[in-house]
Amino acid sequence: MSKFNKKKKGLPAISTASLPDIVFMLLFFFMVTTTMRETELKINTPVLPSATEVKKLEHKSLVSTIYIGSSKNKNITGDKIQVNDKIINYTEVQSFILAERAERKEDEVPFMTTSIKADKSANVGTILDIKEQLREIQALKISFSVTKGDVSKNF
Amino acid sequence: MARRETPEINAGSMADIAFLLLIFFLVTTTMNVDSGISRKLPEPPPADYKPPVIKQKNVFDIVVNRNNQLLIEGADFIKVKELKDLVVAFIDNGGGIGNPMDGEPAAECDWCNGEKDALSSDHPNKAIIQLQSDRGTSYGMYIAVQNEIEAAYIELRNKYALKKYRTSYTQLQKDMKDAQGSAAKEAIKVKIDDAKKHYPQIIAEPEPIK
Repeated sequence: MSKFNKKKKGLPAISTASLPDIVFMLLFFFMVTTTMRETELKINTPVLPSATEVKKLEHKSLVSTIYIGSSKNKNITGDKIQVNDKIINYTEVQSFILAERAERKEDEVPFMTTSIKADKSANVGTILDIKEQLREIQALKISFSVTKGDVSKNF
Repeated sequence: MARRETPEINAGSMADIAFLLLIFFLVTTTMNVDSGISRKLPEPPPADYKPPVIKQKNVFDIVVNRNNQLLIEGADFIKVKELKDLVVAFIDNGGGIGNPMDGEPAAECDWCNGEKDALSSDHPNKAIIQLQSDRGTSYGMYIAVQNEIEAAYIELRNKYALKKYRTSYTQLQKDMKDAQGSAAKEAIKVKIDDAKKHYPQIIAEPEPIK
């Protein structure tokens, strides 16, 4: 009978020896994909408008971003333009793009895109001023940064 | 000398350390895929540029005022949602003879499904969308209008590509991304360019109203 007399065993402990491996794998994944925010916004973070016909921006290294939003100081009204780490006037957009171009290889310049991240309550006048500036120096590829969603939330 | 065994290093806390780092990167990571409506600006005109004469019927006039209201063709107030269908109807009208393509003589639009109204646009390659905005228009509204125009063109190109290649234009663009090898890419690009050529995006944005 002893053959059938099963011993009562406790559940065997699950081996956690491979847990660090799994965690490290995840860790490396996040370390590689993470991008520390390079620019600290000096304007209020723009609330992007939403649109349905969006295209993903490719070649992130060829994108220069212009931020447009309201000033953090409540007494200052109107749209503020920020590139890199400073707030600029719209006439300085050209020198920003030229500086961006100088950093890239010459054959990459035609593929450079300007991404405009503007708050949805910004004035179109500001945007069109910037577009005119970009046009003058042949920075013709632009992208209006939006989030994917219904357009009726925009106004 | 008695050889001592080196004691094994306790790796039990390794997981804790890794977790700590993992949580740090989890929190700081921002997976923002930058996406948006892409536009190509027109090149600056040469100094002695004379604007071509364009028939009024080939221009679809959209005005957005500073109260974010839309005025179409100087006559109708409409909502943003209605804009797309109007734009599609305008571009796809095909009421006359277009600009010559590929060196062939100018011909009627034989791929259009429009009403062929003599008072609307002649041909997709002549149809111009004119977006006149005010300096005080909100950017959100501006993007909404741009989005509707883009949607209209994509709908037309989809229809065209579906008829000719049995694949929609959006699907072609997806295939282009997934395609392996330059030969396959080139083959899809020909189709995309063909659809683009038959419904070219002509959007004019005059100086904003002050």
